[in-house]
This record gives sequence, structure tokens and C-alpha cells, in this order.
Amino acid sequence: MDHYRNPHNYGIVQNAASKIIEYNPVCGDTIQITIRVENGKISDAKFIGRGCSISQASASILTDMVKGMPLEEAKNIDEDKYIKSLGITLGPSREKCALLAVNALKKCIKDYQKGEESK
Amino acid sequence: MLSPLQIKKDFPIFERLGPDYSYLDNAATSQKPYSVIRAMEEFYELHNSNVHRGIYRLSEEATNLYEKSREKVSDFINSKDSRQIVFVRNTTEAINLLSYTLGRELKKDDEILITILEHHSNIVPWQFLSEKGVKLRYVMLNPDMTLDMDDLQRKLTKKTRIVSIAQSSNVLGTISDVKEIGKIAHENGSTFVVDAAQSVPHMPVDATDIDADFLAFSGHKMLGPTGIGVLYGKYDLLDRMPPFMGGGEMISAVYQDHSTYADVPQKYEAGTPNIEGAVGLSSAVDYLRALGMDQVREHEKDLIEYTLKKEEEHNVPDLISYGPRNTEVRSGVYCFNIGEMSPLNINDLAHEEGVQMSQAIHPHDVSEMLDDGNVAVRSGHHCAMPLAEFLNVVATSRASYYIYNTREDVDRLFNVLVKVVKKYGR
Repeated sequence: MDHYRNPHNYGIVQNAASKIIEYNPVCGDTIQITIRVENGKISDAKFIGRGCSISQASASILTDMVKGMPLEEAKNIDEDKYIKSLGITLGPSREKCALLAVNALKKCIKDYQKGEESK
Repeated sequence: MLSPLQIKKDFPIFERLGPDYSYLDNAATSQKPYSVIRAMEEFYELHNSNVHRGIYRLSEEATNLYEKSREKVSDFINSKDSRQIVFVRNTTEAINLLSYTLGRELKKDDEILITILEHHSNIVPWQFLSEKGVKLRYVMLNPDMTLDMDDLQRKLTKKTRIVSIAQSSNVLGTISDVKEIGKIAHENGSTFVVDAAQSVPHMPVDATDIDADFLAFSGHKMLGPTGIGVLYGKYDLLDRMPPFMGGGEMISAVYQDHSTYADVPQKYEAGTPNIEGAVGLSSAVDYLRALGMDQVREHEKDLIEYTLKKEEEHNVPDLISYGPRNTEVRSGVYCFNIGEMSPLNINDLAHEEGVQMSQAIHPHDVSEMLDDGNVAVRSGHHCAMPLAEFLNVVATSRASYYIYNTREDVDRLFNVLVKVVKKYGR
């Protein structure tokens, strides 16, 4: 509830290394995640979004969590463990709301790595 | 007047849900009375066999039940001739059938005129024809959320081959004058299709009086089972059109290189049909006729009037609702939001440094809280995304009424809404 009322990391990372927008087609929830990467670690992560309390609070928690995290670790965040770590019980349809930010982040990292490879 | 509390006793699910549960998602699907469930049970227990085939008594019984259902449905919408009733799965399949069959005659730059309040089932099947270069045009709405008839006249051209319109909107509750629109369409030489998914279950619908060329609806929204729906079509048109799906039941004779087709309506009913579905629908029609469709409409009109009155009295902070205030042209559908959440504009995102967080409460949160308070409503775009875009909202919550709902259900909705705002309001 606190993350919903006062979301952390709401905004856009300046000179972001990667940016991705993810939708939930069921409800139209939208999350944009931007990250900055230094030495193989996520040095900053921010989000902008429109959606229900679960999807927005999840994005707030996730962007807190991944700051300083190595890319490889963030890429492999386990969905079940992540949902458990949120500390609330969610039905199957609401789990998708919570995972919207996770999916966005993973795509964001993938995009970043693709960009690096082609450099 | 209907006696909803008496009616409720005919529905086994309300025994399970208890008296303090408000099922307000009837635009999605209705509950089923004992009589409908029993009719289908009885079919399997006593009459089960395939239709139109066996030269034995049991198959004749099944065929009779199936064809009797066709006659019941025909009477119910005053089609005059039961051959004009084609059984399909649902409204969606009916309109896909039309897109496939009518669509074969269309060519590049022909136009199909629909409206911005259509359900996806009256949009997407027509979009398939864009491959042939057929164009889809949308009639817009007046500020009071009724169809803009001037816009309809403007967009109706010599190229308009089909006009396809929902008689009652599943989001706004707008009831459109399809008889008048049909007249305009026919004067223009266009084929007129009515999406009656939200009207046939809730008000008297007379296909002959409307003079619809085609009219489609689903059984499950009118007390019947899922998987059975109806396409009404004028006999001459059905007779002229090519078939939809090929296979058993729809043929007259099959040769190695070609086939001849069965007469209308079997021509459009390939494969073993949903026999128990037709039996269930027949029983649902009996139930509704016993109540009287005039009475059903009056009851729902009373509920929506009461809802709009409650809305004004309760003064829930930031409550916004959508749809005509004039209940003469409004069905028992109430779509609302607590503060409006507009869609994120990607172009804004690319350029702006941080978009303001929305102050609104997301409809998913609203419906979850309402569920905690034993009020079942739907949240989302209600399969009408172009309309959500037109209203500039990501989603809405929707309460939709039927014969077993009461004013107490409306009271519960507003009482819980007040709690929602207390919990989520920023």
C-alpha cells in the first residue's frame, strides 16, 4: 500500500542504457522501465506507469530491489520467489499485474545486452 | 413488476452465494435457472441421440426437441419463419459467419459502417475484410453518449455495403433506434446487421418490425447455456449466400469433386450441432416469456434509474459514470470510474521528464474491493477497446443488471464504493 501511495523511483533515468515499455493486454496496464548500467551492474532503475495498485507497487519495489544488482542476477529473477517476496497473496490474474514490471525489466536487460553485442 | 426475490429462488447458484451476494456481471453472462439445467439433464437422460439422421424414434425425439427450440426462438424474436433461425455458438460466431459469407461479395474500397461503441465481436470480423481493401468506418457519439445520427448520415455513402450496429451497448448501455437506422441503411441499399447480444436478453426485440437483414445474439446472456447462439437472417438472403463451414449436416449430396448444399438453415449448421444447448435455450425462452420481456425491461429500467439517483445522492468522491442519463435509451448497464485514468501516451513518454502519476483508482482495484464486499462487477475494457480510447480511459468498472437483481444490490454497490475510496484514495 505504501509503495502504491508513494512510489519509489518514479521517473526516467537520464541517459538511460536501455528503455522498454511493457503492456498487459488484459487490462491495458502499462509500465516503462529505464535502467543505467555500470560495470555489469544496474546502477539506476526508474519506472513510469499506469495501472492498478499491484502493478505500480510492484514496479516501485522491483526498481528498489535491483539497484546495484548484477545484470545476470536481475535477468534470472525467479517469478515465484519474487511474488512471495512481495508478502501479499495474489490470485492468478493479479499475479500477472505483479509480474508486469519483472517482464519489463528482463526485456530491458535483454535489449541492453543485444545493443552491447552489436557494438 | 417482477419479483426478483421470488425469481432468485429459481436459480440454484444463489443458494450457494447467499442472500448478501450481488452478482452484477450480467452483461458478461447470466445465471441459469433450475428449469434450464433440468431441461439439458433430461435431454441426456431421456432423449440423447444425433439429430436429422437416424430413422429411429430416439433420433426423431432429439430432432423434434432441436427443431422445437428453433421455433421457440423464432417466435421469441418474431421472425415469422423458423427457417430464418440459424444456430451458432454465439454472437461472435454469427458475425464471423456474416463476415465470411457477405464478405465474399465485397470488393476493394467497399465500406462497412459500424459505430465506436461496438463490442470487438462486431469489429474484428469485419477488419478481416481489410485484406481485400474493404474499409471500416465508425459512427461517433453525441456528448450524451447516444449515436450521432448526423455522423451516421455523413458516413453512409454509396460505397457502404453493410451497416452493422449494436442495439444496446455493453459498456454505455446506450439503446439505439435500430428500426430507424435500418430504414436509413436500406434506403441506401446497404445490408443491415443488428448485434442484439445485449438487447434480446433484456427487452422485447422484434426482428420483423426492425426489418433487420441479420440479427445476432447469444444464449448464455439470456439464462441459457454457453455455446449456443442465434443468427437470424432473412430467408432470401440466407438462401442466396454461400455456406460458412463445410462438413456433415450442411450438405444435400457430396460427390468426389463437388457438393450440393442443404436448404436453409441446415446449410449453415455444419457438423453435429449443440443439441443440449438448443434444448437449454428453448427452456430459457420459456422462462423469459413467462415473465414477459416488457416486464424485464421495466425492471431493469427501474434499477438503472435507481442507480443514477443513488449516484447523485451518495456523492462518492471522483465518481464518474458513462452512458446516457435518459433511461428511455439506457439499458441496465452502469460503467464507472473513481477518477479517470487516461492511457499512457508513448509519445509523451519519449519526450517528457516524468509524467504525473495518476490520482485515479484503477478499475481492477475497484473491482477487487467490491468483490471483498460481495459485489461482483467486471473491470477492464469490456471487449470494446476503441470505445475506451474514445472515452480516453484505460478501463472502467461495470455493473450490469438482470431479472434477479434488486435495489438492495444497487445499495450494496454504493456502500462498498464509499469504502473503496477510503482505502485507495491518495
